[in-house]
Amino acid sequence: MMKKFFAKAYIYILLLLLYAPLIFIAVCSFTEAKVLGNWTGFSTRLYANLFSNAVEGGNSLIAAIYNTLIIALVAASVSTLFGTFAAIGIHNMHGARKRAVQFMNSIPMVNPDVITGVSLFLLFIFLHFTQGYASVTLAHITFCIPYVVLSVLPKLTQMNPNIYEAALDLGATPRQAFWKVMVPELRPGMISGFILAFTMSLDDFAVTFFTRGTIGLETLSTYIYTDARKGGLTPELRPLMTIIFVIILILLLITNIRQMRAARRAAVR
Amino acid sequence: MTDNDVIIKIEHLSKSYGDKVVLNDINLDIKRGEFVTLLGPSGCGKTTTLRLIAGFNKADSGTIMMDGKDITDVPPYCRPLNTVFQRYALFPHLDVYDNVAFGLKLNKMPENEIRMKVKRVLKMVSMTDYEDRDVNSLSGGQQQRVAIARALVNQPKVLLLDEPLAALDLKMRKDMQIELKEMHQKLGITFIYVTHDQEEALTLSDRIVVMDEGKIQQIGTPTDIYNEPVNSFVADFIGESNILNGVMIEDRKVAFMYHEFECVDEGFGSNVPVDVVIRPEDIYIMSRTDNAQMTGVVKSCTFKGVHYEMFVETETGYELMIQDYNAYEIGSTVGLIIKPQDIQVMKKEHVCNAYEGVMKGSDHVEFLGSEFECLPCGFTDGDKVRVEVDFRKVDLMDDKEDGTTTGTVVSILYKGNHYYIKVKTECGEDIFAHTQDVWDKFDMVGIKILPQDIRIKPLAKDE
Repeated sequence: MMKKFFAKAYIYILLLLLYAPLIFIAVCSFTEAKVLGNWTGFSTRLYANLFSNAVEGGNSLIAAIYNTLIIALVAASVSTLFGTFAAIGIHNMHGARKRAVQFMNSIPMVNPDVITGVSLFLLFIFLHFTQGYASVTLAHITFCIPYVVLSVLPKLTQMNPNIYEAALDLGATPRQAFWKVMVPELRPGMISGFILAFTMSLDDFAVTFFTRGTIGLETLSTYIYTDARKGGLTPELRPLMTIIFVIILILLLITNIRQMRAARRAAVR
Repeated sequence: MTDNDVIIKIEHLSKSYGDKVVLNDINLDIKRGEFVTLLGPSGCGKTTTLRLIAGFNKADSGTIMMDGKDITDVPPYCRPLNTVFQRYALFPHLDVYDNVAFGLKLNKMPENEIRMKVKRVLKMVSMTDYEDRDVNSLSGGQQQRVAIARALVNQPKVLLLDEPLAALDLKMRKDMQIELKEMHQKLGITFIYVTHDQEEALTLSDRIVVMDEGKIQQIGTPTDIYNEPVNSFVADFIGESNILNGVMIEDRKVAFMYHEFECVDEGFGSNVPVDVVIRPEDIYIMSRTDNAQMTGVVKSCTFKGVHYEMFVETETGYELMIQDYNAYEIGSTVGLIIKPQDIQVMKKEHVCNAYEGVMKGSDHVEFLGSEFECLPCGFTDGDKVRVEVDFRKVDLMDDKEDGTTTGTVVSILYKGNHYYIKVKTECGEDIFAHTQDVWDKFDMVGIKILPQDIRIKPLAKDE
């Protein structure tokens, strides 16, 4: 009896510790206090400020949000496209070559971000590539592709290998067969790959920090870093973080529900 | 047959994957409106042939002509033929209607015309009320009907079918066979059908192409193939058969089972070793022995529905499979008669194992990728020689360590009183053995040959 109680308590304490900072920020986003942790009564002023552009310190926060979203969208889209092509290529390989490429695909995922960031930084310098928007986006595409490959590959293995040939047989050109038959089959994998890439890009700090150059490009993570060093976080970051957390939560719920539905449908077959 | 009758002409077609030869110089003419079946065991090259005709794979050499035009390098989407795949290959994200309409929509056909055609073809495969159904909710048989409809709706000149019924249960398969045959007669287009099921091939086809090891073994009507197999592989693969070693004494006279028989075959020469095939239903069995050609003792008797299947051991020690409407008691002595027209005589592909070898010293010879001890024979180190080993002298052993070299059993043929076994050795060459021991396909064996059983001869002039 006692044992069961402790076992349960353990998991709840763990979850509480994990989520406490998030809950703390979310709660503090509904007050006006400048100093984090003080409670000066319930208010939605910070949310209003955030959306009416009345943030202290000018427009730099809004610009950072804007940059982050643009970079994440472009990086996720491009890496979904390239990652899908790469997955199809890997799927059609055989033997040692296939294993080698799959292994190479997994290295960037376990490689520490700092190392990825520094090596990309050195590469851009070596190539005399002007660092800024383009370099950050390219860097993000680079580290996102392996995640897309990893989410598309299982869909290819599940797919009946003959359906691409069946499309060709019925008169589709390879391009038509790809868009009309392969893409609909791979779509679930591509969507989860896209979401994964989007969130990876969204919260990246190390790689962005090294590749953004000196033109003053700020994404959310670098903005917060700079802001925190100036002494104290801008209060409006609290509602922003809460909103991002809620959006990510919703995205995760959607993908999980989709996967559960797909699994149930597969079980019915 | 004029060239106009030929819809597909295959010439010298070869294909290898790595160093494995899958197709070896295939030549085949397929007539307009014909139902042709490519038949053979798995790995014989039948599916590869079909995929080359469809255009999914590229041939290493050779040409495929369709209607007099070379289509060898034409991509699959430009060939006027359609395929029904073994695992249906329906598009899972489309419903039945859209699956069938797929090819028509690509051709930018007007919507109402598509609707009419799809309805007509679905009616033909008895799937009229299933238009809006998700293809994953259909049974195997229904999916196969949709796959056939999807191929036929494009009105191909040739329909390719790759083991289309293999995934269905027996009852369903029989029904679909009849429907396919009716469809072929009604549509009048050419069907090229791939299967490993000999019964299916005999039931459906106008002509059967029997394939093995990347080569065509025999082409003929089902009756030809069944009654007059050209070699022991075809005889063994199609139906039940007794295959025995024999000697053609002269025209119309053949000896086997230590007995001389009259037969109808000519032109083999005199005293030539041959293979003899007798179908189990062609041996007359009776309880009286006075007028019989041979006598034997019934060893087993099994009821098979229409007939009884019996194994009879002859007085000369051969075991024969016999099918008859009457049962004979186990242990009873019976008389046997074989009529001349029921004896099918075939040329032997091999009379003994023969290889090109190299002498290693005066008493060793290298062939099959290994060094064998042999008796000194007047040749010296480095001489190229012809090595011969009788089938009976090849010793197969359980323990691979005991053999000079090793191999895998690839085919087994029962010849009445011994097994004729083909072993693929490590080096890729085949060796044949006669043995009393029972082996299974894919068994790994050690191969041993005694020094006195290796015959060494000078190389023939043309080698």
